[in-house]
Amino acid sequence: MSNQTHDYGITGFGGYIPRLRMQRAAIVATHQWMAPGLRSLGKGQRAFCSWDEDTITMAVEAARDALGQRTTAELQSLTLASTRMPYANVQNSSLVAASLQLPATAATADQGYSERAGVAGLLAALRSAAGPALVVASDHPPAKPASTQELTYGAGAAAFTLGSDKVLARLVGHASRNNTFVDHYRAEDQSFDYFWEERWIREEGYLKVVPQTVKAALQQAGLTAADVHHFVLASSLKAVDQAVAKKLGIAPEAVADALDSTCGYAGAAHAPMMLALALERAQPGQHIVVVGFSQGCDVLVLQVTDALADFKPVRGISGALAEAQPHDAYMRMLSYAGGIDLEWGMRAEKVIKTALTDQYRSSHQLAGFVAGHCRACGTVQFPQLTYCVNPACNAPAAQFDPVSLRDVPAQVLTYTADALSYHPAPPLYVGFVQFDNGARLLMEMVDVGAAGLDVGTPLRSVLRIKDLDKARGHTRYFWKMTPLAA
Amino acid sequence: MATGIKDKVAILGMGCSQFGERWNVGTNELLAEAFEEALADAGIERKQIEAAWYGSGLDPVNVGNSAIPAAMGLRLDLIPVSRVENMCATGTEALRSAVYAVASGAVDIALAIGAEKLKDAGYGGLPTPYKGTFNDMWLPMGSAPAGFAQLAAGYRTKHGISKEELKRAIAHVSWKSHQNGVHSPKAHLRKAVTMDQILNAPMIAEPLGLFDCCGVSDGAAAAIVTTPEIARALGKHDLVSVKAIQLAIASGVESSMSNWDGSHVRTTRAAAKRAYAEAGITDPRKQLSLMEVHDCFSITELVTMEDLFVSEEGRAVHDVLDGFFDRGGNGVPCQVDGGLKCFGHPIGASGLRMAYEVYSQLLGRAGERQLASPSMGLTHNLGGVPYLGVAAVSVFGLMG
Repeated sequence: MSNQTHDYGITGFGGYIPRLRMQRAAIVATHQWMAPGLRSLGKGQRAFCSWDEDTITMAVEAARDALGQRTTAELQSLTLASTRMPYANVQNSSLVAASLQLPATAATADQGYSERAGVAGLLAALRSAAGPALVVASDHPPAKPASTQELTYGAGAAAFTLGSDKVLARLVGHASRNNTFVDHYRAEDQSFDYFWEERWIREEGYLKVVPQTVKAALQQAGLTAADVHHFVLASSLKAVDQAVAKKLGIAPEAVADALDSTCGYAGAAHAPMMLALALERAQPGQHIVVVGFSQGCDVLVLQVTDALADFKPVRGISGALAEAQPHDAYMRMLSYAGGIDLEWGMRAEKVIKTALTDQYRSSHQLAGFVAGHCRACGTVQFPQLTYCVNPACNAPAAQFDPVSLRDVPAQVLTYTADALSYHPAPPLYVGFVQFDNGARLLMEMVDVGAAGLDVGTPLRSVLRIKDLDKARGHTRYFWKMTPLAA
Repeated sequence: MATGIKDKVAILGMGCSQFGERWNVGTNELLAEAFEEALADAGIERKQIEAAWYGSGLDPVNVGNSAIPAAMGLRLDLIPVSRVENMCATGTEALRSAVYAVASGAVDIALAIGAEKLKDAGYGGLPTPYKGTFNDMWLPMGSAPAGFAQLAAGYRTKHGISKEELKRAIAHVSWKSHQNGVHSPKAHLRKAVTMDQILNAPMIAEPLGLFDCCGVSDGAAAAIVTTPEIARALGKHDLVSVKAIQLAIASGVESSMSNWDGSHVRTTRAAAKRAYAEAGITDPRKQLSLMEVHDCFSITELVTMEDLFVSEEGRAVHDVLDGFFDRGGNGVPCQVDGGLKCFGHPIGASGLRMAYEVYSQLLGRAGERQLASPSMGLTHNLGGVPYLGVAAVSVFGLMG
């Protein structure tokens, strides 16, 4: 494979982890009255989604991290992998594509129903080598209160751009296997995973299935275990990666950071996240083995090229890890996850119904956060209404040029912390955001850390859930701002 | 060139219901209280009213859309009745419509009436409004205090005032109104409060605490207007006439362009300038005897003092702390009846309730609250939010 004439591979990578990190000790303390055995899992922290984060929002943030200032105009396809898509029969990748303003001609596809969906999606895209592509894995596997998974699971996303220009890692070998090894499962109509005994999963699953597949992939690449500099094996089970590496003869120091103490296992996104972090640390010429495990496995052998030195994600997984906001109120995590129905008062009764007609009509500006730049007077404005807002102009909007505000530097102009409104993460931080290109609008501000807000606080945009319409099962998304510094 | 409405319309009679938590009455009874007082004051009968405008802001806690509920409630049979809604300026909007109808010569006697039954909401504060299918998809769902609280950030940043000093000044705004409310029999809240109570109250929307927010009440108010000639023919001697009613609505400049600094309310300034021109006011700080302004929140009143050009820019904090707007403060008394702070803010009624106080003061009927020989009073409403709203400024005075 390494001698193919047409070079194709990973050209960029990035990731996202929610800033919110629950201290595992707080989870253990909550449940110790009935599950004292959880104590051994009480070290470190796990990432958890804010109430307004999900697979879509994390996927968009990871993709932005990978894309940086690069245009999306060349992209021909987008694959979104997750075990937890917000919609069962809405193409979820199309929502991500719209927020990233991918070309309307890009092929979009969802990959799911397996925790190896992320690795499988990446492998499929690399093998097809069909033009500039974006592969995103995003997940936040659900966990029942007081389960082992509530402590070991996390959340996050990773994204990879693929193409033939400045390939920084190329596929030099791969192998796959399928079987019926069902060690845990979440039925379509169930909320949580049902788990079998860990010792069995380790011995009959990982230690038997993974080594033979890795060997086959290395053989195809003409490599041996000694050539593996980064071994990416994602699992919610502790130390299984080290055990598999040992059995294969891969050096212990080659075993990639499993983000265990800092983030937790993020389902279909976890191996891709570990790969994104490994790429941040890799050197040209090194080899990375990536394993996706679940009813068999997929193995990729990647060779890092010199082009790696020229690429940096915006913040990367390492940057996302560093942006931790520690939390110790267990009920906050439980409530955000929908695990408890708290009394939010009558203000929460407001009907949140989206006119799907208007949602579609307005998607050209709402999905991609697209302001209008008036060619007649230069005013950049959001929302785009029928006429230019400038009283000295009022030219028709037909001549506006679209300008996305997603990556325009911005700061707080006015703000308040609203304790009266219904908000799932009170108080609601709201205020005017002033963008450097002159645009401004009233926005919600999220993940406000200990430093709080003030006039002039630098901000960046994040796609978030605007409202959850529980009565109709509809999620609407819009852009919010978050302080640049966590 | 339009000549405006100065002195073309006189107030024949006014009425104001008891404001408060009126658990045992509905909108119809509130309307009737204000209506009957206005009829009696005007000295006319129901059938002499030729047209009516009914203001109500919030359908879910009122009587519903259209003017039919008001026509039924007051039994205004077959005359033209319109329902108007323009956020917190709704009451003033009803009055403006009635005044314009008389000024145009279309009718001789018109009624403006507004009411809101807020205490059927089931909780304190205003129900969260819908903003339309498009805006609901992107605008944050902030509360009313969250909209106005942002003025504090903008104001203190522009004028270099510390959070603490601004908090003291807005606390004084509320303290003064509570002092005044004690002498207002129709007010909802009639207890004086201390500065400490205000400063230490629970936070609603930073920096606004509980006492920085106006009350939430049921109420109604009404005005019957006619021409000065007809008023005199009906036996009125001391006439209060309308000097000006002006409205200014935001078109998105503050909220979508980068020149507004968040420290003032552009719509109030525009409405004030036009109202002063219409009324012939050149120095409001000297010419106005009293003001009833839209103190939905303490910070709103403070900023409004500059937007009405009574305080110079950046000086309202000092005027407030110097007591310039206090009763007996040798300045321009503001909210002598206690304002929205003590009356609460039944949306449809508030503009008319303010006019009722100015009218009562001008006619020397304000009882314990009576000011010494006032000649000109101003009312002001601010609907929506400071950056996307409806401002109304009206001037009333004794007719020479």
